[in-house]
Amino acid sequence: MEQEYIITVFSENKVGLLSQITTVFSCRDVNIESLTTSESALPGIHKFTIVVRTDPNQIDKLVRQVEKKIDVLKTFVYTPEEVVQQEIALYKVTRSRGVEQLVRKHNVRILEIDEDYIVVEKTGHKADTQALFRLLQPYGVQQFVRSGTVAIIKSRRELLNEYLEELDRMRNAE
Amino acid sequence: MNTSRPEERRTASDPVIPGSKALIESFLHEGVTTLFGYPGGAIIPVYDALYDYRDRLRHILVRHEQGAVHAAQGYARVSGQVGVCLVTSGPGATNTVTGLADALMDSTPLVLVTGQVGSSLLGTDAFQETNFVGITQAVTKWNCQVKRTEDIPAAIAKAFYIARTGRPGPVVVDITKDAQCGTAPFRYEKITSIRSYVPAPAPDAERIAEAARLIDAARRPLVMVGHGVTLGNAGDELRAFLAKSGMPAASTLLGLSALPSDDPQYVGMLGMHGNYGPNIKNRECDLLVAVGMRFDDRVTGSPAHFGENAKIIHLEIDPAEIDKIIPADVAVVGDVKQALPMLTERIRKGDHSAWIAEFRECDKIEYEAVIRKAVHPGEGRIRMGEAVDAVARAYDNDAVLVTDVGQQQMNAARYFGFRRGRSMVTSGGLGTMGFGLPAAIGAKLGAPDREVVLFAGDGGLQMTIQELGTICQSKIPVKIVLLNNSFLGMVRQWQELFYDRRYSFTEMINPDFGLIARGNGIEYRMVERREELAEAVAAMKAAEGAFLLEVRVEGEENIFPMVPAGAPVADIRFE
Repeated sequence: MEQEYIITVFSENKVGLLSQITTVFSCRDVNIESLTTSESALPGIHKFTIVVRTDPNQIDKLVRQVEKKIDVLKTFVYTPEEVVQQEIALYKVTRSRGVEQLVRKHNVRILEIDEDYIVVEKTGHKADTQALFRLLQPYGVQQFVRSGTVAIIKSRRELLNEYLEELDRMRNAE
Repeated sequence: MNTSRPEERRTASDPVIPGSKALIESFLHEGVTTLFGYPGGAIIPVYDALYDYRDRLRHILVRHEQGAVHAAQGYARVSGQVGVCLVTSGPGATNTVTGLADALMDSTPLVLVTGQVGSSLLGTDAFQETNFVGITQAVTKWNCQVKRTEDIPAAIAKAFYIARTGRPGPVVVDITKDAQCGTAPFRYEKITSIRSYVPAPAPDAERIAEAARLIDAARRPLVMVGHGVTLGNAGDELRAFLAKSGMPAASTLLGLSALPSDDPQYVGMLGMHGNYGPNIKNRECDLLVAVGMRFDDRVTGSPAHFGENAKIIHLEIDPAEIDKIIPADVAVVGDVKQALPMLTERIRKGDHSAWIAEFRECDKIEYEAVIRKAVHPGEGRIRMGEAVDAVARAYDNDAVLVTDVGQQQMNAARYFGFRRGRSMVTSGGLGTMGFGLPAAIGAKLGAPDREVVLFAGDGGLQMTIQELGTICQSKIPVKIVLLNNSFLGMVRQWQELFYDRRYSFTEMINPDFGLIARGNGIEYRMVERREELAEAVAAMKAAEGAFLLEVRVEGEENIFPMVPAGAPVADIRFE
C-alpha cells in the first residue's frame, strides 16, 4: 500500500545535484508530489524537502540510492505524523462582497486589493489550501499557486548534527 | 579534514603553469603511466602539453572514443589501477557514454577527462558543445565541470579519490578550453576524505558475530564470490575464510579468477549459464554467504525463489545494494578485505566435505549432459567450448581471459579456467558487445608480463573492429580468438528456444576477416577442421605480435545449461 513520506536530503551545495536526486526517483518510477530546496540552518549545507507517495518496502531502497550520490551528506525519511508541515497558497480572486466575507471568515492574509481582484495568502496543510480553493472557485479564481511542503521534525534530536559529529569521530578513528 | 581551499594555501614558490600542463602534472602525481585517448578541438591544449611528456606518459591513440574507455577498463581490471582516458568535447565525449555505463555497472575505476568549449560559449550550442555533465550524470559515480585553471588540480585529485575508493566507478572531469589555456600557480594535494562521502564503513563487530553464528550453525552453506573480492584485493582473505569454514564456494561471472578453478572447495559459476551444482542446489542451501556481489538478475533468476530455504549473509561495500534484490538476514556493510578476516576469526573450524561431494556429483551429471558434447564433440563442426578448451590447454589455464559478450563469453567463462586473480575481463552488468577487443588492448598494457587472450564473436568483434588499427599502431601483442558462427548466436539461441526459430536479423554475412587482420598488419589464421585446431592455437601462442585466429564454429550451437530468464535457478535445464 502506498503511503506518504517526507524525505529530507542534506547535501553539499553543488550545481546539478537537484537533477541527480530527482533522477533516482524517476528511475524507480516514483512521482515527486512536492519539492522545496534551500540552504539549511548549517552554512554551506543545502536542504531538500521531498514529498512522495510510495510503497513502504521501496522507500529505504530509494533513500539509499539518493544517499549514494557523492555530494549527498545524509537523508532522513519521515511519515506525516513525525513532522509539522506547512505550505503556502496564493489566490487571485475576482472581487465581490461574497469573496470578502469568505476571506475574513477563513483567517487568510490579504496581500493586495485592486479594483477588480484581491490576492490572498493561506498557510496550512495541502488539504486546507485545497479546501479554500474549492470555496473560492464559485467567485472566480483567476490564479492559484501553491508552494512545496516545508517540514520541521517533532523529535528533539537534531539528526543531522548527530550525523556530522559521528562523521568527525569516524574521521578521527581513521 | 582539510577544509581550506587549495588556492588559499598556495605560496609564491608554486610554479605558474598552464591548465593543460597542470592536468598532466596532476596525472603524474596520481601515478598515471598510461592513458587512452583521441584528440580534438576542445582538448588540443592538453594534447599540446602532452607532447612534452611522451617520455613519462604512454598515450595510446585509439580509433574511436568508446575504444578508449573499454581499453582503460581492461587496464584497470587487470592492474587494479585507475584507468585514464582523454577525449574532446561533443562527439568525442558522447562516444564514451557506453563505456562509462559499462564501468559503472561493473564497478571499474576510471577517470575520463573531456575537453569542453570555452566557458563564455557554454550553453550557446557552440561547435562540438554538449552538456556532458548532464549527459553522464546517470552513468558516472561522480562528475564535474572545471571552468577555472586554478581548480584543475583539486578536481583531478577528487576524481581519482572517488574513482578508486569505496565501490569503484567511472568519474568524468569536463574542462573548458579556456581553463586549459589559462595559467595558475600549481600545487598538487591528494585528497584523503570528502565530507559527504564515506567510501567503506568499518564492518560492524556485532553483525560479524551474528554472521559467524549463522555460519557455525549451517549444514548446507554456499559462499557466493563476487567482483568485490577482486576489487578489494581480498583473494588471500577469502581463501583463509574458506579454509577455516570448510564451506563450498561458487563465483559470479565477475568473481571468476578470485579463486583458482581447481580449488577443492570451488564448485563453479553461478547464474543463467553457470554450473549445474550451484544452481540446482540453491534450493537445498540453508545458508548463502554473498561476498562482494549484488544479486544480479542473471545470477538470481526469480528473486522470490532464490535461496528460499536459506539464511542470507551479505558482505557488501555499497549500502544501496543491501536488501535491493534479496533481503539479507545479516548484512555487513564494508570492504570485504576487512570483513572477511573478522569473520574468519569468529567462526569455528568447519568441515563440509560431504556436502561438497554432492556438488562433485552434480559436476558429473553436468559433464555427461552438457560438457562432454560441448568440449569433446568428436564429430560435426568445431564447437565453441571445444575451441575455448583447446586455447585453455595451450595456455595451461593461465592467461588473462578477455571476452566480448554472448555465447563465446559464456563458453569462455565456463571452460577457460583460472590459476591467478585478476585474470578475467568481461562486460557483466551492461553486456556490451564490442567491449572485448579494446578491453584486451588495455589488459595487455595493464599486465604486460602476462599473456592476454580475447574471445570474441563475429558480431561483437565488428562493433569495435576499428581498434585493430590501435593494435597496428601501438604494436600490442594480444591474441584474438574469433569464434565465428555467422550468427548473433545468443539472440539466435533465444529465437530458437522462445521465438519459434524465427531468426529475425541474426544471420551475419561477414567480411573477410583475414584481409582485415592482414590489412592491420596482424597475423591471421583460419581453422575450420578439428584436426588443425591445436596446431593453429600453438601458432597463435608462439607468435610474438598480435594474432587473429578465426575459428569457424557450428552455426546453430546452443549454450547450456541455461536458467530461463526470470525462472528459479533450480529450474536449470540441459537442453
